[in-house]
Amino acid sequence: MAKSKSRTEAPQDASEDVVMQELPTSHQPDVQDDASMAEVDAEDDAEVEDEEEIEDDTQRVRLLPGSTPTAASFEFLNEGHTLGNALRYIIMKNPDVEFCAYAIPHPSEPKMNVRIQTYEGTTAIEALQKGLKDLQDVCDVVSDKFVAAQKDFKKKSISS
Amino acid sequence: MPRKQPTEEELERRKIVGVNAETVTDVTSTDFPGNWPGEDYAWDIKKIIRDTKIEFHQNEPAEASFSLIGVDASIANAFRRIMIADIPTIAIEKVFIDNNTSVIQDEVLAHRLGLIPFTGGREGLDNFMRWLPKPKDNEPIESTYFDYNTISLELRVTCTHNPNAAEDEKDPRKLYNHAHVYAKDIVFMPVGRQVKYFAGENAIRPVNPDILIAKLRPGQQIDLSMIMHKGVGSDHAKFSPVATASYRLLPTITILRPILGRDAENFAKCFPQGVIRLEKVTKAEAAREGSGYEGHASELKAVVVNPMLDTVSRECLRHDEFKEKVKLGRERDHFIFNIESTGQWESDAIFLASIAHLKEKARKLEQQVVDMVR
Repeated sequence: MAKSKSRTEAPQDASEDVVMQELPTSHQPDVQDDASMAEVDAEDDAEVEDEEEIEDDTQRVRLLPGSTPTAASFEFLNEGHTLGNALRYIIMKNPDVEFCAYAIPHPSEPKMNVRIQTYEGTTAIEALQKGLKDLQDVCDVVSDKFVAAQKDFKKKSISS
Repeated sequence: MPRKQPTEEELERRKIVGVNAETVTDVTSTDFPGNWPGEDYAWDIKKIIRDTKIEFHQNEPAEASFSLIGVDASIANAFRRIMIADIPTIAIEKVFIDNNTSVIQDEVLAHRLGLIPFTGGREGLDNFMRWLPKPKDNEPIESTYFDYNTISLELRVTCTHNPNAAEDEKDPRKLYNHAHVYAKDIVFMPVGRQVKYFAGENAIRPVNPDILIAKLRPGQQIDLSMIMHKGVGSDHAKFSPVATASYRLLPTITILRPILGRDAENFAKCFPQGVIRLEKVTKAEAAREGSGYEGHASELKAVVVNPMLDTVSRECLRHDEFKEKVKLGRERDHFIFNIESTGQWESDAIFLASIAHLKEKARKLEQQVVDMVR
């Protein structure tokens, strides 16, 4: 609980509700850089060759107002059901999480919201981080098993 | 307070999605902590490693089929969605028409060209080709075109009379030259380092050379150049690397009480071939009391042999003679994937790429969450 204190320095008190109309529709900046691209100059061709695509540093995750350490809503930009549902499942598997759900508030806005409520002793942000980590772990498992199955199948089809 | 842990049968039962004549039951996953009193179900990577299985049924460049067992629908669905919408391919994006006197309109022709699947050297497509960046303000679109993000193609065909054709020839393909314009008539124009990456058999080429693009008559001409970029299926379906990427749940057929004799034959007819086999009731079975086979020795009985072939038509539920004798269902955590590639990727590589994509997505967002807290 104490961990995330610094970030939620002056949270609106949970009891003090924010009037709906006063809330901005989004807490993301309006500018939307093309998520995927980094600028590449023609001059440094040779460099471009090895260089990993420069990571896009626009912030795509935001904490929505009205959150407490153990109960928070996050807004993801440019994410949808693909990540939302998988992340929701993984976070729900965390025994410290009381509630987790995701929503796409409007189909014409490229936004996805995740709500996490945890029991005392951990924070919503920690639960989100653990969820993202667990998601990577499950990808590794499926990837390893897939490659192994591929090899097995190849061996089997050659021998038969 | 320790509770009684569920039996094996109970766990098996929970895995089944019920399929009735008009309804489905137990659709949602219940494997969450706190859902079943006294049971764990907390995230445990060891359990995932132990329970996750993959079995291939078919693995060819154009089509792969395999079972992904032991993961939740939300994960399997993420892979499926990524394969369709997020795995990049190159496709024709712009068509510059110099002359088109064919009967097919410019915009329709351009659309047809865009949908043609192309392929080329894997190394070049994966590691050399990059995304096309947005041009800076006030700069022309072409300012960001380079050999590593733009591929040029040309299609220049004129239809003429064939002087060597027989007098009474009716087939326009023999009567004229270039009466049919095919995908193989598209010429790749390598630029810069593309010469190295897309040389020889690695050349950028249509996957299917015999796709018919247009039909011409003498005097008509198609004269155009095209450029290709990397893109994703969420932008336009032509960029999707898959023709289909889908999964279905493994069907289960449980015979609750023996189905014998003529009924067994009719029962087998309710399913696709190979799902049900007719076997003779053995003497031992007939002798066992309470088995339902008493006095039916050497009669035929229906046995489920390969439920994977079932289409779950539910035909058997329409007949009264099978009432209370059969239960249909599907296994909630057994996904039979079927992936058909359009040809730019190998079908199994698309699935691997989708796993990598999901992992990368999660990794990037993990970093973003760290940045958010800061």
